[in-house]
Amino acid sequence: MTCREVFEFLADYTAGELPTAQREVFERHLSLCPPCVAYVESYRTTIQAGRKAFDDPEFAPNAPIPEELVRAILASRSRGENS
Amino acid sequence: MSFMRTPPKRADLPADDRSVEAAMMARLRGRDPAAFEELVRRHGGAMLAVARRLLRNEDDARDAVQDAFVSVLRAVDGFRGDAQLSTWLHRIAVNAALMRLRQRPRQTERTIDPLLPQFLEDGHQMQPARAWGQSAEEVLDREETRRTVRQMIDELPESYRIVLQLRDIEELSTAETAALLQMSESAVKVRLHRARQALRTRLDQLFSTGAL
Repeated sequence: MTCREVFEFLADYTAGELPTAQREVFERHLSLCPPCVAYVESYRTTIQAGRKAFDDPEFAPNAPIPEELVRAILASRSRGENS
Repeated sequence: MSFMRTPPKRADLPADDRSVEAAMMARLRGRDPAAFEELVRRHGGAMLAVARRLLRNEDDARDAVQDAFVSVLRAVDGFRGDAQLSTWLHRIAVNAALMRLRQRPRQTERTIDPLLPQFLEDGHQMQPARAWGQSAEEVLDREETRRTVRQMIDELPESYRIVLQLRDIEELSTAETAALLQMSESAVKVRLHRARQALRTRLDQLFSTGAL
């Protein structure tokens, strides 16, 4: 397996979806190739970084809903019922 | 700090919560205005957060949430309770945000190729990757850095950004993402992988040096 092939199978590998035989070949390459180890680790960190990037209050599930938006939603419901 | 975006499955909810949800849905099906207002106040903030993450524009996000609640009223009779209420609302908010995105003027999309890894003829990495040596927790500890990374995500070509956000940030499955975007699952997988690789290229300097 070459570095290029490692990169092709990387998404399945990190998702734990690589079949056993392919995973063994993949990991054998990693045992011999520090740059690919570095890439695999940084790929995983990239996924985590994407999630962490939105860890601010305005993007959180417990973000408050502005009162004017509540009123607008309730008004549009009333309009819908009356139309 | 880490905010959980995908709620637990309905079966994981305590029985009390399930009965509260069932009662709420029954009131909504009965067109109880107080129940609707309660739903908006209890879940509207989470839906606004979804729309903000996907649309990255406050006015568009608020419009999408209004659209989403119109959809809720239209769909409430079809909610069978297989999913947790918050999961169902999350999907409706995602869909409303995607509809808003589709209404934006289409721009010619830049190619993602310059951000993808390159290889030598023998299959080795052209620029061998270096270990980052820092975790996402460490690097994204500062608000300013999180803003920078969000900007990097925003700057991905749109069709890649959306797949990355739906899969990695909204935590939808490949099948759900494919259905929402009317793509094959294999196309979603390819696009997600390229989007992650492109974002990784953008993050490389940030993580290698710790400098913005």
